[in-house]
Formats: sequence, structure tokens, C-alpha cells
Amino acid sequence: MELFWYVVLMFMLAMYVVLDGYDFGAGIIHLFFGKKEEDKKAIVNAIGPFWDANEVWIIAAGGVLFFAFPTLYASSFSGFYLPLIMILWLLIFRAIGLELRGQVHNPIWEKIWDKAFGVASLLLALFFGIALGNVVRGVNLGMVENGVSAYEAHYFFLPLWNPTFNPMAQHQGIIDWFTILLGIIAVVILTMHGANWVIFKTNSSLNERLKKLVFRLNFVLLGLIVISVSVWHIIDPYPFWNFIEEPWLFIFPLIMLTGLFGMFKVRTFKKDIYGFLFSSLFLFGGFASTAASIFPELLPSTNEVNPSLTIYNVAADEYGLGVGVSWFIVAAILVVVYFVIQHKVFKGKMDDIGYGEH
Amino acid sequence: MEDMLFYDRIQFAFTITFHYLFPQLTMGLSLMIVWFKWKFLRSNDEKYNDAAKFWMKIFALNFAMGVVTGIPMEFQFGTNWAKFSELTGGIIGQTLAMEGMFSFFLESSFLGLFLFGEKLLGHKLHFVTGFLVFLGSWASGFLIIATHSWMQYPVGYEILDNGKFVLTNFGALFSNPWLWPSFLHNQMASIVTSSFVVAAFGAFYLLNNKHKEFGKLFVKTGVVFGVISSILVAFPTGDLTAKNVVKHQPVTFAAMEGIFETEEGGSEIVLIGQPNIQDKKLDNKIAVPNFLSFLTYQQWDAEVKGLNEFNQEDYPTNIPGLYYGYHIMVGLGTIFIGLMLLASFLMWRKKLFKTQWVLWILMFMLPFPYIANTMGWYTAELGRQPWLVYNLLRTTEGASPTVSSGNTLFTLLGFVGLYLLLGMLFLILVGKIVNKGPHPAK
Repeated sequence: MELFWYVVLMFMLAMYVVLDGYDFGAGIIHLFFGKKEEDKKAIVNAIGPFWDANEVWIIAAGGVLFFAFPTLYASSFSGFYLPLIMILWLLIFRAIGLELRGQVHNPIWEKIWDKAFGVASLLLALFFGIALGNVVRGVNLGMVENGVSAYEAHYFFLPLWNPTFNPMAQHQGIIDWFTILLGIIAVVILTMHGANWVIFKTNSSLNERLKKLVFRLNFVLLGLIVISVSVWHIIDPYPFWNFIEEPWLFIFPLIMLTGLFGMFKVRTFKKDIYGFLFSSLFLFGGFASTAASIFPELLPSTNEVNPSLTIYNVAADEYGLGVGVSWFIVAAILVVVYFVIQHKVFKGKMDDIGYGEH
Repeated sequence: MEDMLFYDRIQFAFTITFHYLFPQLTMGLSLMIVWFKWKFLRSNDEKYNDAAKFWMKIFALNFAMGVVTGIPMEFQFGTNWAKFSELTGGIIGQTLAMEGMFSFFLESSFLGLFLFGEKLLGHKLHFVTGFLVFLGSWASGFLIIATHSWMQYPVGYEILDNGKFVLTNFGALFSNPWLWPSFLHNQMASIVTSSFVVAAFGAFYLLNNKHKEFGKLFVKTGVVFGVISSILVAFPTGDLTAKNVVKHQPVTFAAMEGIFETEEGGSEIVLIGQPNIQDKKLDNKIAVPNFLSFLTYQQWDAEVKGLNEFNQEDYPTNIPGLYYGYHIMVGLGTIFIGLMLLASFLMWRKKLFKTQWVLWILMFMLPFPYIANTMGWYTAELGRQPWLVYNLLRTTEGASPTVSSGNTLFTLLGFVGLYLLLGMLFLILVGKIVNKGPHPAK
């Protein structure tokens, strides 16, 4: 039962990364490439009818985390208190930037909300990458000092940084060189992902330049992946253990590499959707590989005293998890139906829907 | 410990109060927009479609505010109330996860179609998307109140040795006797808010001599929805909700009504007065003898338990706040019924649109349903104190163990600043939409 909810939770988070990921990426493209009014409009139209539904994936995933793994929800949300609240503030800024911009026709008003939308998107991509880094690295559960826990075994609290920015320091911070590395990877791949979405959903004058951008950034991404894999052993000595035990898991890194190498052909694709599909594969494969490398752990412990949080020691009771399956299946079918309807109505290029204009 | 809790409680209270200003309008307003759209489909009169379009603009803005201020609510269970989440997550997580899966996906998928799909979909399908958005918003309200009801009156659970609450009966969450009266009471209150807002805008246009055709339509629709919902919010839904409190939280009921001592031969109902906690009495009291006993038990001499019958440690922590919250809600609710009955009578005699002083009152009533709704929720939440889960888990046991009050104050200040900005922007933009007014298609 725990395993079922683990797969559900990871799938929902992966959907969030792929779907809201392109919204963040479109925001970054908007920030750096949105010079002409019609291009800015095209970018906003491309995500307009979708971003709200995409954001629901993180809220619903949060709900599933709360209900299926309450101890992990309690531990991680209170432990990562400051960055989570800041993510909330950024989500608010990004949403009002999108929604309020078109309400008043005034160049200063528009400029303010353009920047709010773009900067918040960039920071969110960075923060979510850093968040992933924190989970992979693990935390000092129970705030152990000199072999003694200061709190219950599964609680902790992390400040934003420590002066050394060293992930292995005893007093950790949210931001260190390892989590920053993952943050930068997130910014790069989501920028590419957002560019691919804009190419797919619009006829904007930017599309040719965006294809070049994806092609060039792909080399940067490849380099960053090589760096991160070569330093990974510092924070997790045995990242491949699960893959050796269960070789079928290698499908996830393969999916990721397919996405990565597929994107090198971005300039010659016959259909505009292909770039987006390849960056989606990369994101999905990358996320799944990372999750698989620490499975069954959800939040590793960095001390010897308290055990890591795994899907087995943070889950709700058997009855609750079981009864949840029945309503979840009904809801999941409905979600698929909504998704299909939404994407059928707003299919193809969307330059002219006039999102947010009154 | 109390000091640490202080900022956690203020932050939750502040963010939820601000958040609920928006859903209370959108839940009722979505119903009224669906009504306008329905009238259009039936009559083919463009006026109704233009009315729906106008209110959709207000709706969109409120909905966006509701979404952005709603996300912090779900996060805060974990960030600020980790111990509570850990112990009860297996139960309240069910209903909260269901809200995400059943309601948020529905609303967010069809909102885009509803707001931007009229041309693509045609009027009939457009009506359907509006109805689905309405359904999603009410499902959300239902699941939140199911969660709330479990905290007020826990059912279908078992407590393990380690203090964790586990679910033993899923169906009990939805047959909870606390749930249905509270849900219907809340939804009626939401329609009260939207009716008064629609009527107030209509009165504004009529008094302004602008968009008069729409002014009449809005006042008429607002008064019809308003008279029905303001009566239903009191009887039977409010009455049944209060009876649940009497039955399951008698100490809360005593504090709400300001009853310090049990009275022989029936209790009076207090209309006005200030609770004096030190001397255990009400100052400057105006009351009607025996009426509370009658309302509560339909017997003039029935005994209503006073605070003196209970342990002081189980008293609600803020008795004056609870008392005022309840009395303001009931007082305003009574005024709403009176005003809407008067307006309906004048409308029936075809005098309403010319009776300026009533239109002025309708216009100025706009903020009061918001106050009444907020006070109703303060009654429910202050009334549950000092418990998180009534009689089982105290609020002092629920906060996050590792988050210091300095960090909570930091984020509280951030929320206050951000929400002040949001509130100002919201008012400016609503003002702009109202000033522009509805405009006929051709």
C-alpha cells in the first residue's frame, strides 16, 4: 500500500515538474526575450489557460503527501519552513503578475508585472532545484549534536545557508554548493523546456531564436549533468545501488538521456511539438532517476543516530491508505478527462486567444 | 509555549481571514452567473449574457485572489502545525487530498474554458463549463467543512499508543452530524454575500443613473437570491448548527451566549452587553427573559448550562472574542433578513427602483455580509479553542516543534505586507471594472 502511494506521489510530482515547469520556463523566456509587445503576448497566451491547472498538481501532490505520508509532510514542511514560505510568496507574485498585467493599459504598470512574472519564474525554478538538492543530500534529522538528538527523531530545521556553503558541514543550510548546482540545472532545463513550449504553442517571431537557444543550452546542460554525476558521490556514496539491484530502473536514466540527445536535433524537427516532448522526457527521466536512487528513502538522515525517513516509517495506517485508493482512482480518471478536454479545446497555436485582456 | 503559539495562531488567522474574503463571494457568485447564463439560454435576451459576462470579470479577479491566497493555507498545516499534521494527517489529510483531486482540478481546468472559451464552445457548452466551475467551488467548500467538522466533532477514528489518530471509518467523515448543517449554513452565507454584492452594484448604477437596465437586473436578482438565502442561513441551517454546539460543545455555547451562571427557570437571550471576565458577568446588558431556553429547547423554562458548570481549563481561551463574533454575526443576519424582506415587498409593489433611501442602504450594505461571514467563522474557530481536535488534542500540542517564533513573526510580517498590497490592487481593479460597467454586445 505504501508503495502504491509512493508511486502516485512521485508521478504527481513529476507531472508538476513537467507541466508547471514549462510555465516557469516561459516566464524565464519572457524575462530575457520578451522585448516586443506581440512576443510577450504570445508567450503569455501560450500558458494562459493552462498555468492554473498545472499548479494544481503541486497542491494535489501536497494533499496526497499530507494524507499518505503525514510524518514526512510534518517533518519536511516545518524543517524547510523559510524556503517554503518564500516559494509561496513567489508563486503569489508570479500569479498576480500574469493575471493583473492586462487589467490596466499603462506602460509602467505593464513593466512592473512583466518583471514580477519573469523574476518570480526564474527564482522558482532555482528554488525548486535547490529543494530537490536538499532532499537528495538529506538533513540532520532530530538536530543531532554530539550524538544527542535535540528534537524528536524526525524533526529538524534548516537555516537558509551556513557560512561555508558546504553540504557536508555539521550545521547545514538550505543553500550550499551542491543544492545550488541542482538549482542551476533546474533553471537551464526549465528555460529550454519553456522555450520548447513557446515554440510548440505559438507562431511568435522568437521561435527561430528559441530553437537556437535550446540547441546551445543543451551543451551547457550536458556539461552540468556530467559535473553533477561526478560529484554526486560526495553527498551520496552509493547512488547506483538501487539500479544494480533492480536493473529495470535503468529505464529512467535512459529516458532522460533520450530527451537530452533528442534536443540536439531541435533545429531540424518537422513538428514543433517534438522539442517539448524531448524536454519532457528529460525532466521526467531525471526526476524519476533521482527518486529511484534514494528509494525507499524519502528524506535521508545525515547522522548516525536517527534513521532516514522512508516510505515505511512515515506512512499513514493501512485502513486509511486502502480506502483512499478507491476515491483516488475515480478522481484520477476525472483528471485525465479534464486534461484531455482542456487540451482539445485549446489545441494548436494559441497566439490569438487574448489571455488576461479586458 | 503560549508565546510561541501566539504568532502561529495570528498567522493562520490572518491568512485564512484574508483568503476567505474571496471564496465566500465566488461560491455564491458562480451560482448567480450560472443563473444569468441559464436565463440567457432560455430567453435569448442578450442582456442576461452581458450580465453574466460582467460578473465573470469580477469573478475572475476574485477567483485569482482566492487561488493565490489559498495555496498558503494548505502549506501552513505542515509549516506551522507540524505536530497536529503528523498526529491527524491520516484523517484530515483524506479530505484535504480529496479537495485537491476532486475540486481543484475541476475548477482550474474549466475556469480557463469558462473565461476564455465562449466563442470556441458556443453558449450551451459555455453554460456547462460555468456549472462545472460552480460545482468545483462547492465541492471545495464541502471538503473543507468536512475537515473542519472532524476537528469540531471527531468521528470514525482511533487513537494509537503513540498519540496518532488513525481512520477506522471513512464513511463517518461524511455522515458526521456536524457536517451537513455547517456546510449548508456556510453555503447559504456565501450566497448572502454574493446577493448583497450584486444588489449593491445594481443600486450603485441606479443611483448613478448609469447602466440603468443592468442596475435594475442586478438589484432584482440580488434581492431575490438575498431574501431566500438570508432566511435559509438563519433557519434551518444556522439554528441546526447552533444546536450542534449546544449538544456537543456546551461550554462553547455558554460563552457564545454570554451565560456565566446557569439560571433557574430558563435562560434569557442577551442582545447587547460586554462580557466582564473578572467579575463573571455582562456589563450594560439588554436581554429578553427565557427566550434562549425557548430557541434552544423549544421550552421556556429549559435549563441552559452556564460557564460555572465547567472546568476553567476547558473554557474557550477568548471568551469576549467568541461572544462578540457570535453576536455580530447574529445581529447582522437579522438586519439582512429585515432589509431583504423590505426590498422584496417594495419590488412586489413595483416601487423598489424609485425608493432611493432603500437603494442607498443596499449599496452601503456591501461590506457587511463579509463581516458576518468572518464573524461566523471566528465563532466556530474561537469556540473550538483551547482544542485543535475537540476534547482530544489541545492547540498547545499542535505547533511545529522546531520553528522558532522569530521565524514565524518574519513570515507573518511578510504575509501582512504582501496581502496589504494584494488588497489594494484588488480594490483598484474592482473599482475599474465597476466604473466601466457592463456593456451591451452590440
